[in-house]
Amino acid sequence: MSVTQSKVADILAGGNLGEVVNDFSLQIASANGSGSQTSNMVLVRALFRMGIPVSGKNLFPSNIQGLPTWYTIRCSRAGYVARQPSAPVVVLMNPETAVKDLAGLESGGVCFYPDDLKIDLSRQDVTYYPMPVKQLTSVPEVPRHLRTYIGNMVYVGVLAQVLKIEMSALEAALDWQFGGRTKLVNANLPTIKAAYEWAAANITKRDQYRVERMNATAGYMLVDGNAAGGLGSVYGGMTVTAWYPITPSTSLADEMSSFASSLRRDPDGKANYAIVQAEDELAAIGMVLGAGWAGARSMTTTSGPGISLMQEFLGFGYYAEIPAVIWDIQRVGPSTGMPTRVSQGDLFICYYASHGDTKHICLLPGSVNECFEFGWRSLDIAEQYQTPVFVLSDLDLGMNQWMTKPFEYPTEPINRGKVLTAEQVEKQGFRRYADIDGDGIAYRTLPGTNHPRASYFTRGSGHDADARYTEEPEKYRENLERLRRKIEHSREHLPAPVIEMTAGAKIGIIGFGSTDPAIMEARDTLTASGVKTSYLRMRALPSAASVADFVRSHERVYVVEINADGQLRQILQSDMPELAARLRPVCMLDGMPFTAAWIIGQINSQEQK
Amino acid sequence: MATATVAPSKLNLIGLDKSDYKGNPSTLCAGCGHDSISAQIIQVAFELGLKPENVIKLSGIGCSSKSPAYFLNRSHGLNAVHGRMPSVASGAMLANRNLIAIGVSGDGDTGSIGLGQFKHIIRRNVPMVYVIENNGVYGLTKGQFSATSDEGQKLKYYGDNEYPAVDLCMEAIVSGCGFVARSFAGDPKQVRPLLKAAFSFKGTAVLDIISPCVTFNNNPDSNKSYEWVRDHDSPLHDISFVPVREEITVDYEPGETKAVTMHDGASLVLKKLAGEHDPTDRMAAIMLLERSRTENVLTTGLIYYNPDRDTVQDSEGMVATSLALLPDEKLRPARSTLEKIVAGLC
Repeated sequence: MSVTQSKVADILAGGNLGEVVNDFSLQIASANGSGSQTSNMVLVRALFRMGIPVSGKNLFPSNIQGLPTWYTIRCSRAGYVARQPSAPVVVLMNPETAVKDLAGLESGGVCFYPDDLKIDLSRQDVTYYPMPVKQLTSVPEVPRHLRTYIGNMVYVGVLAQVLKIEMSALEAALDWQFGGRTKLVNANLPTIKAAYEWAAANITKRDQYRVERMNATAGYMLVDGNAAGGLGSVYGGMTVTAWYPITPSTSLADEMSSFASSLRRDPDGKANYAIVQAEDELAAIGMVLGAGWAGARSMTTTSGPGISLMQEFLGFGYYAEIPAVIWDIQRVGPSTGMPTRVSQGDLFICYYASHGDTKHICLLPGSVNECFEFGWRSLDIAEQYQTPVFVLSDLDLGMNQWMTKPFEYPTEPINRGKVLTAEQVEKQGFRRYADIDGDGIAYRTLPGTNHPRASYFTRGSGHDADARYTEEPEKYRENLERLRRKIEHSREHLPAPVIEMTAGAKIGIIGFGSTDPAIMEARDTLTASGVKTSYLRMRALPSAASVADFVRSHERVYVVEINADGQLRQILQSDMPELAARLRPVCMLDGMPFTAAWIIGQINSQEQK
Repeated sequence: MATATVAPSKLNLIGLDKSDYKGNPSTLCAGCGHDSISAQIIQVAFELGLKPENVIKLSGIGCSSKSPAYFLNRSHGLNAVHGRMPSVASGAMLANRNLIAIGVSGDGDTGSIGLGQFKHIIRRNVPMVYVIENNGVYGLTKGQFSATSDEGQKLKYYGDNEYPAVDLCMEAIVSGCGFVARSFAGDPKQVRPLLKAAFSFKGTAVLDIISPCVTFNNNPDSNKSYEWVRDHDSPLHDISFVPVREEITVDYEPGETKAVTMHDGASLVLKKLAGEHDPTDRMAAIMLLERSRTENVLTTGLIYYNPDRDTVQDSEGMVATSLALLPDEKLRPARSTLEKIVAGLC
C-alpha cells in the first residue's frame, strides 16, 4: 500500500488526517491543442526547481486539437518517478471528460475546476476548489484571442497557492520554458500571479496535500529521452540521417536537427551532416543503408509501423553487412494501434527483422541517460559489426520528462570498425567477406578507395567470401555461419546487463527500458513486505552469458515487459531452453506505463500459486 | 561519333586501358539489349576518362539490375532491393558527394515497384546517371506485363494488356528532372553521347533506353521490339557530345544546331533532324512526348534539359568534402559544448 493509499485508509477509517508532503500525483485533464502543455511543463519544472523529485507523463491522443489529454505529475520525496495507479489531486479543465475524471478521483481526493463547469459536484468525499478562470482572463491585459490559452495559467497560480509551490520557482520555470523570451513570459506571468493572489484571498485550504522545498534534484536535469537520443547521436558523429515523420519518434529527429545545427557546422555555416526527411520509411532505411555503405555514420528514427515497412531492407543490411542505426520509439501495435501510447512490443520484429534467418543487435536504453549514451555508442557498434543496430526506446521514455544525471561525454573514442585504406589493400589484399580475425567480422572498403583492387560488389543475393555471386550450397552455408558467429561475438561486447543481486533472494526480476522506475519501486515495497528480489536490467540483445547465470541463480524469474506476449521472455527462453521454465511473464499491454502496484500484484499472485 | 578527333593512343586521359573498365561476363540472354548498354557504359567511361574507383554503380532487382556486374569491375557496386535503388543511391551520394553514381534500373524496377522512389530522387536532384533499360516486360519472372507495356499488347500466356503505358520520360519531366533523354539500345551512336552528357550533368540525369527483351517481348507487334523500333524510331537530334579535353571538330551547320553547355564546360551539340524542338522548353518537351504517344512514334534524343536546379547536397547546405571521410574532430563536438548544454537543462 502506497503512502497515499494509507492516508486514504486513514480518512475512511475516520483516523487522523495528516499532511501528505511531496508524495502524491496530480492529474490535469484538458483538451489537446488548448495550450495546457506549457502550463504543465511549468509546474513540473517548478517542482524540480524546488528540489523535489518529480516526473511528468503526458497521456495524449493521436489528434491535433480537441481530444482529451491527461497530464500526470508525480512528486516523490523517495525519488520514485513511475506512474501511480491514480492521482489524488485532479484539475478538470476539460468539460468533456470532467464527469468521468471526477468519478475516478479517489476518496479523500482534491478537485480543482473552473467555476463555470456545469457538472454534478455532489460527491461528499472530495475537496472542491473552484477557480475563476474566465474572470481572471477576461481582463484588458489578456488579449482576447489568447484567453483560452492563458486560462491554463490560472490553474498554475491556484495550484501553486494551495499546494504551496513557490512563486520564485514558477517564475524560473516559466522563464526556462520560454527560453528567456521576455515577451512570452510577460504574457503569462501576470495571470499566474493574479490567480495565486486570488487563491490566497479566497481559498481556505481544506486538503492535506502540499509540497515543500527539498534538496534532491541538485545535479539533475529534466529532459526527455528523444532529445537525449538525438543529442547523443550528434556527439556520436552521425553524418547522415534519413527519417519519416511518425509519432512518437519525430521529436528525436527534430531535437537532433536542432542540436546538429548548432554543434556540427563549419565556421562558414556548411553542415558536417545531412538530415533528410524521406518520402517514406522504405526510402529512409534505403538512404541510411546507402549512406552506411558509402562510409557515413548513418541512422534513422521511427516507430513500429516504420519498422514493419523497413523489413526487406533490414534483411539486406544484415546480409550485405552494412552499418546502420535504427531508433524505434515503440508505441502500441499491432497495426496503427494506439500511436500515442507506450509499448515494448517491437522486440520480435526488430530482433528477427526480415525474412530468412536473421538476428539483429538491439540496444535497450532504460533511462534518458542511456538514450544519450546509446545515441553515440550505437553508431560505434553498427560500424564495428557492420550491421543494422536497433535502439529500442519507447514513448514513455522518449517523450516524457525524466530527472536524469548530466550526460556524460563519450568515454570511448569513435570506432569506425574494420575499414581498409588503399595502402592496406595494397599491403594485405582484400577479401570482403573473409573471416580474417576469427570474430566473424570481415574487412570492408569504402567506395572511392583509390586502389584497383579495393572494389567489391554488394548484393543481397548469395555471395562467397570474395563477394562474388554464388548459389553453391557450401559457400552459402559458410557465409551464413560466419554471420551468425559475428552476431554471437557481440553478446559479450554490448552494453552489459545491470545486475543487483540480493543475498538469499529466490526471486529474480528481469526488465528493460522504461519499466525500470516501476520495477525499482516495486522491489522496495516487496522488500518491505519480506519478499526479497534480485534484479537484472537488460541493455542489449543478444543476451550476455550473465543473463543465463542470473536466471540460474534464482528459482523463479519474472520478466517484466509492456507487451501482451512476453516477447523478451520468449527470446530468453529460446536462448536458454534448459532454464525456460524458470522464466515467468509479468506482461500486459493497455497503452499505459506500468505502475509499481501492478508489478507487485502480478508477482504476489504468481508467488501464491 | 567519327566527328571528334581522338588520340590514337590505346590509353585514355588518365592512362587506363579500356579493359580497366570491363566487368564480369554477362549472364543475360544472348542478344539482350542490356548488354549493348553495358558496352556503351564501358566505352563512355573509358572515353571520358572517369576514374573507376570514384564511380559507384547501383541497381535494384531484375534483369537490368544484374548488369552493373558486367561493367566497371574497379568500381564499388551495389545491387539493392527491388525498386529501391534510388534511395540507396541518395544515401551514398549524401555520404560522399564526390563520387560519380550510375544506376541501372528496369521498367518494372522503376515504373512499378520503384515509381515513388524514382520520382523522389528526381525531386531531390541527387546527382547520378539513372539508366532505365526499358523492355516493357518482366523477364526474370518469365514475361509478365510491366507498367511500360503497350496498351493492347498481347502476350502468349498473359493475354491482352488492358492498361495504358507509363511514360517514364514524362514522369521524370513532371517530377522536375533536369535531364531527360530517350534512346534505343540498338543505336549506340546515340546512346554514347547521351550517356556522356548525362555523366556531365549536375543532378539526376534520366536515360530511358528502350532495350528489347529477346526472349519475352520481341514480337514485331511490341513497341519494345527491335523491328518496331527500327520502323518507328524518329531521332530527335543527331547528338555529339564533345568533352572539353578533346579538340572540338563537329560536323554541323550554324542554324541547324543547338549547343547546350554542361556543368563541366563540356558542350552537348544537338542536330535537329525531325522538326524544331527546344529541349530547354519544359512545355515543349511534354507536348513532344504527348505527340509521340498519339502518333505512335518513339522520339529519341535529349527531350528536356534544365541545369538550374540545386543538387541535394547544395540544398542541404553540406560541406564540400565527403561526410564519410570527415575526421573525428568534425564528428564529435568538444567536451565543453556538452557541459554548456547540460547546464541549460538543469
